[in-house]
Amino acid sequence: MPAESEEHVGDGGVETQEQRDASSVATDGDHLVELYKKMVLIRAFEEACQRSFRQGKIGGYLHVYIGQEAVATGFLDAFKEGDRAITAYRDHPHVLLLGSDPKNVMAELYGRGDGIVKGKGGSMHLFDVERGFMGGYGIVGGHIPLGVGFAYAMRYQGTDHVTQLYLGDGSISNGAFHEAVNLAGLWGKDGMCPCLFIIENNQYGMGTSVERTTAMTDLARKFDAYGVENEKVDGMDLEAVLEVAHRAAERVRETGKPYAVEALTYRTVGHGAGDFFEKYRTKDEIKKWRERDPIGQLEHKLIERDLLDEDAIEEISNETKETIGEVTKFADESAEPPIEELYTDVYAGEDEYMGEK
Amino acid sequence: MATMTYREALKAAMSEEMERDESVVLMGEDIGVYGGTHLITDGLIDRFGAKRVMDTPIAEGGFTGAAIGMAMMGMKPVVEMMTWNFSFLASDQIIQNAAKLRYFSGGQVNVPLVVRGPNGGGVQLSAQHTHSLENMYGHFPGLKVVSPVTPADVKGMMLTAIRDPNPVIFLEAGALYGTKGEVPDGDEGVEFGKARIAREGTDVTLISYGRQVNLCLRVADRLEEEDGVSAEVIDVRSIRPLDEETFVESVKKTHRAVAVQEQWRLFGVASEVASIIQEKAFDYLDAPVIRVSGAEVPAPYARNLEIAAFPSEQQVANAARRTLYIEEK
Repeated sequence: MPAESEEHVGDGGVETQEQRDASSVATDGDHLVELYKKMVLIRAFEEACQRSFRQGKIGGYLHVYIGQEAVATGFLDAFKEGDRAITAYRDHPHVLLLGSDPKNVMAELYGRGDGIVKGKGGSMHLFDVERGFMGGYGIVGGHIPLGVGFAYAMRYQGTDHVTQLYLGDGSISNGAFHEAVNLAGLWGKDGMCPCLFIIENNQYGMGTSVERTTAMTDLARKFDAYGVENEKVDGMDLEAVLEVAHRAAERVRETGKPYAVEALTYRTVGHGAGDFFEKYRTKDEIKKWRERDPIGQLEHKLIERDLLDEDAIEEISNETKETIGEVTKFADESAEPPIEELYTDVYAGEDEYMGEK
Repeated sequence: MATMTYREALKAAMSEEMERDESVVLMGEDIGVYGGTHLITDGLIDRFGAKRVMDTPIAEGGFTGAAIGMAMMGMKPVVEMMTWNFSFLASDQIIQNAAKLRYFSGGQVNVPLVVRGPNGGGVQLSAQHTHSLENMYGHFPGLKVVSPVTPADVKGMMLTAIRDPNPVIFLEAGALYGTKGEVPDGDEGVEFGKARIAREGTDVTLISYGRQVNLCLRVADRLEEEDGVSAEVIDVRSIRPLDEETFVESVKKTHRAVAVQEQWRLFGVASEVASIIQEKAFDYLDAPVIRVSGAEVPAPYARNLEIAAFPSEQQVANAARRTLYIEEK
């Protein structure tokens, strides 16, 4: 992003102290380097997942976030204590960015007892409620009403917290999306729905492009129908995302009204780990988006601004490799969940299990 | 003790619990300003305000999902399904989220949610507005499912439902909202997973729940009068958890059982009851367990056809007679 754009941070209405803090956060060089490191780590984590999946160490489905890193990294930078985040099944980066130990996340994917949800959820159901991560969900669109409910509860309970609700372009045609956004708009009229909708538009719901699923492809504008203000952002550009994220989160926090941001991004790998052939898109298209890779773009900018050099990049790369090596080793060595765990957590209360053993 | 209708008892449970606990809110279609289609929540919006008695759009999946989200945040929403027939639209939320969240979050999340409304038929609403869904919801681990029939139970079980940290499917006997009964004073809940012996007897056990319990009680009178037979009537009232012991013990005493359900015969609660009896009291049985169920048709409209579609006194009485090897009438 050209330097002059940074002057626009905080524009558009009354600027609060928090917004001023937010804009300084977004433009601080050291902070950008920190976020760069996070993005590098997330990508390395996802690549390690792909390898482990191919080695048969990860079962079930595996959906990775490669190419989309700037979106969650930027928005979760605006996350404050007490806020909540919820997303669908491409959920690894969100939980990592909120501070969960990657070792426990990987152990979950390996189906081990040290997993973040004790080996009961796998890749699609990561949770870290203590850190505000309210889960990954496997049914497209099904989590959206839940996030709207979190937001209502936040205001009902008298807090100024915000829900960051991530959803994919694939959920936009689902009834749950429309019903939930309608409720958000409605409750927002009374300041009772501090929900920030973040559409991770990676252009494809599995193998079907946005153009092939709806005649009105401007996904942000879908929110107009429900009285929810919205905008778009280049989801490949971390700085652009940071600017919108902080401004939007504080606006939602202040007003209690929902807001939606459509982040235009791209999954540069397959939908799931078994998606090798990609009949639905061309190599040229993937190549074009790869040229705009969020990590590559940021790296280039940081070098230009003398915030990073080749040595520093190599050091980060080596550190990351080492971390990921430890993470996979931990997961590999972690024991399977004890068989008694099969019967716990079905119900809260004294009788966790109702069946015969 | 006070005499109350089923409707009044239900409303009393919700409003008393709302007085005690600010985290309890009500949600549903036309439950506020309109007062509720069945007037269960009439006047509550004036008492508790629109933030606690929330009128919703006609979007069962959306508002049930939002209620699950509220429950995950520590609120205690009580969601009205105007009728359970509309819950198919919310069933993805109930089954895929509410029932499973605690498990797949490794115990990090609770869903203290109640979804309530009238279940079953009997008032000429025909095919799309007549279902008995106790077996459908009773199938899923993670849910609790109850079906109270007396005003005392509807109050006590609603109190328990709201206080339960798990999602509770609360199936009301919609056709009986106006029926009266004695309701104990105070705020004591009725424990889930405990069947009620509605009538003691020695010769045959009639096992049911919901409004079919009343049918069984009438049949028991008739059997006594016409055949000199003493029938025991068991109201299981809690589908999940299911109190197997009470009806198994009863069958060990009577040696004969008829399981009655308004729903269709195959894969129903009565099938489950019959199966449990043969597993746990096989040697005590003097006759096969008989199921009496609804006709295998979508519910019809015409009064005579609707009556014929549900178990009748005669069908149940004759089923009991068959278990006793006495002549049918």
